[in-house]
Amino acid sequence: MIDPTFIELSRWQFASTALYHFLFVPLTLGLSWLLVIMETVYVMTGKEIYKDMTRFWGKLFGINFALGVTTGLTMEFEFGTNWSYYSHYVGDVFGAPLAIEGLMAFFLESTFIGLFFLGWEKLSKRKHLAVTFFTALGSNLSALWILIANGWMQNPVGAVFSPRTMRMEMQSFTEVFLNPVAQVKFVHTVAAGYVTASMFVLGISAWYILKGRDLPFARRSFAVAVGFGLAASLSVIVLGDESGYELGDVQKVKLAAIEAEWHTEPAPAAFTLFGLPSQETQETRDKIQIPWLMGLIATRSLDKPIMGLAELTAEHETRIRSGMIAYGDLMKIRGGDKSPATQAAFDVHAKDIGYGLLLKQFTADPASATEVDIKAAAQSAIPRVWPLFWGFRIMVGLGFLMLFVFAAGFWLNATKKLERHRWLLWLAVLAMPAPWLACEFGWFVAEFGRQPWAIGEVLPTFLATSSLTSGDLIFSLCGFLAFYTALLIIEVFLMQKYARLGPSSLGLGRYHFERAARPHAVPAE
Amino acid sequence: MFDYETLKFMWWILVGALLMGFAITDGMDMGVGSLLPFVARTDTERRIAINTVGPHWDGNQVWFITAGGALFAAWPAVYAAAFSGFYMAMMLVLFALFFRPVGFDYRSKIDDTRWRSAWDWGLFLGGAIPALIFGVAFGNLLQGVPFQLDDLLRSHYQGSLLGALLPLLNPFALLAGLISLGMLTVHGGVWLQLRADDPVSGRARRIVMRLAPLVAVAFALAGAWLWFGIDGYRIVSEPAHGDLPDPLAKQVVREAHAWFAIYGRVPVAMLAPAIGLLGPLGAALLAAVRRPGLAFVSSALGLVGIIGTAGLSLFPFVMPSSLDLKSSLTVWDASSSQLTLTVMFWAVVVLLPIVLGYTVWCYANMWGRVTAKDIETQSHSAY
Repeated sequence: MIDPTFIELSRWQFASTALYHFLFVPLTLGLSWLLVIMETVYVMTGKEIYKDMTRFWGKLFGINFALGVTTGLTMEFEFGTNWSYYSHYVGDVFGAPLAIEGLMAFFLESTFIGLFFLGWEKLSKRKHLAVTFFTALGSNLSALWILIANGWMQNPVGAVFSPRTMRMEMQSFTEVFLNPVAQVKFVHTVAAGYVTASMFVLGISAWYILKGRDLPFARRSFAVAVGFGLAASLSVIVLGDESGYELGDVQKVKLAAIEAEWHTEPAPAAFTLFGLPSQETQETRDKIQIPWLMGLIATRSLDKPIMGLAELTAEHETRIRSGMIAYGDLMKIRGGDKSPATQAAFDVHAKDIGYGLLLKQFTADPASATEVDIKAAAQSAIPRVWPLFWGFRIMVGLGFLMLFVFAAGFWLNATKKLERHRWLLWLAVLAMPAPWLACEFGWFVAEFGRQPWAIGEVLPTFLATSSLTSGDLIFSLCGFLAFYTALLIIEVFLMQKYARLGPSSLGLGRYHFERAARPHAVPAE
Repeated sequence: MFDYETLKFMWWILVGALLMGFAITDGMDMGVGSLLPFVARTDTERRIAINTVGPHWDGNQVWFITAGGALFAAWPAVYAAAFSGFYMAMMLVLFALFFRPVGFDYRSKIDDTRWRSAWDWGLFLGGAIPALIFGVAFGNLLQGVPFQLDDLLRSHYQGSLLGALLPLLNPFALLAGLISLGMLTVHGGVWLQLRADDPVSGRARRIVMRLAPLVAVAFALAGAWLWFGIDGYRIVSEPAHGDLPDPLAKQVVREAHAWFAIYGRVPVAMLAPAIGLLGPLGAALLAAVRRPGLAFVSSALGLVGIIGTAGLSLFPFVMPSSLDLKSSLTVWDASSSQLTLTVMFWAVVVLLPIVLGYTVWCYANMWGRVTAKDIETQSHSAY
């Protein structure tokens, strides 16, 4: 009936292609604004060095952007190719933000990006700055719309299931747009992008300073990145905390799993800093806890409890039993029963139809599921805890590490002591992978924590796939593996080649390597 | 506001318009890619050809992405059944498209002959393969696609791997694929004649003069084949068009000449095949008399005519099923809810004119022939 290997392969393909795509997105989101800042200074002051900065960081932006576009195509295809039942079941709601993303964001970003790279000669200063601005605006708007779509997967508001069309149908576009989960996700994600870009520029600039190359160029780049990065890393932490509050409200299972909260504790709950969670014994060993903190983050109160996984499992059981009735009535309606009585009976339990569908991995007919099936389904509605517990802690730890780098860098830069503190410059270089790791872990926690649902409490992931075979998936996975590996090697090769060359790659004749070749050239500045 | 039936019909027009927009803009880039090995020999010549579309190809590609997104939002059932059914073909298109963003951006970043010529082949494949396969897809739509919907409206496709791919590559579909590849190559050719300097421009002109009449002949041949050799689909009974979409509630038969019924019912529809035939011929003629601007318009009209002909012939079908006739998806029973169609309609009405506005602004600001001198002076920044 349901082939677990095929489901696993489908999930692996989506997860790996999405995580791979997300290697390139955050840098685009943030670096585009850094380019706007640098170019604005150029237009306002007329100093050529800021133009050179815009062009050089823009070159690195382009190398990254190309792969962002390439891997983004995959995401556009994959809902239809690999998650076709998902596409049918929720396309009415989920498709709209995606299409608007194309119309409002991708067009803007992509129409102007070519002029950013190739329009330096043909456009006036101001026109070119406008082009850069619209590229940045477009890329950030695309994050807004895709996260509205993703927020709806987490918290499907503004839609109801229709037995006649056998799918979710939109009831209120405003509710979908103003979905609180989507809004906090958007600000947290773009802020994470700004941190990524700042870390990128900071690390490379610090390296030039350590090497004593192109110092005026490197110092200015460092200063722009450190200011932007400090503001962004503060935002990302505050807004991440806001996400935690939102989770406490609508995604209780995810929150309990991240916190390894096996049983409801008396309020206010403690925050487990470290520990070893075990799914089998349903407990966390060797815990280090901070009293009250979790209750404050998730409920903003001292008296509201946070539900534990055991209590949530019991709640799932109730909803599964309700979902069984809904499924039975749905089958009658699908079988041609148009009586208002059946419809009314269905409506009573309609909100639990998703829980009824959870049984499909254990029995072909959920309406007549056994007690064993029900228990198994209720257990299946809890994700694996330890990957979420640790993924979350790694993300947060990296976030605070980066905050430290930016804060120390900002202070040393402001007090003009930067170049005497080489340890910080080295730290900035070594911390460069941190934002990527944090972004990937964050994305993983958000998506893995949603399991077993493709759409929270509406459509289980195992039902959302296409009707393909494992063979089809192995073919496409091999293709992705080959292309993505080759592309990554090429991208990293180009990126490090240009980062090493620095502004000398612009061919302007006034930077380090060109001056080495032509000793009498005019130095920069 | 609009009633449900009207909205469903308008979305058929809008999806068609997005596909035509895609062919006119991104199709042009694919045409340039397909022509790259034939119009440009030296590195500078290749860079001239690439830079005629360099600033615009990415924006143009969004027509493709948006058409896909609109399909998802307006016809989720079609998006689901077509993308998963044509799995192998879609993966080939996707892998071919991978070559373009990196090809354009990375090609000239390393000064090495092998590196550059490898990316040139990448750009060729990224243009030619999708152009061919889109046509093959339409060729198969006209013959019906072997899928069916179960009671819960999950779509099942017959076959997997090569067993799914090879039947798609049947003679009629391949002819449709060649028409698609040919028409986009012509379109890219007139663009090169318009925007590239000689000798690229002249070579493109000669190719357009030879290839465009062949496209018209192939298009006519496909029409004759459809009339004599391929049964169309006809709806015998169906729920009211304004009803909730329910694909399994209708009855469908296959019969000869059904794909031509629309031209009898609505004679003005015959404009589409007429334009589809005259567009490429006009492009050849205008290219020959060195009026590439007008040739471009004529070629664009040809694309509109050819795509319009396919859409009109199928109407109201979008994706007929050869395996289970009633599973066929139509304009009336594959659509989204009334609210979603309304929201999306207004999104397009408001946003598309803005998009067209700044697209024109961008083309206008980058206008002018790309010359060897441009490439030499901007050697570090040009593609």
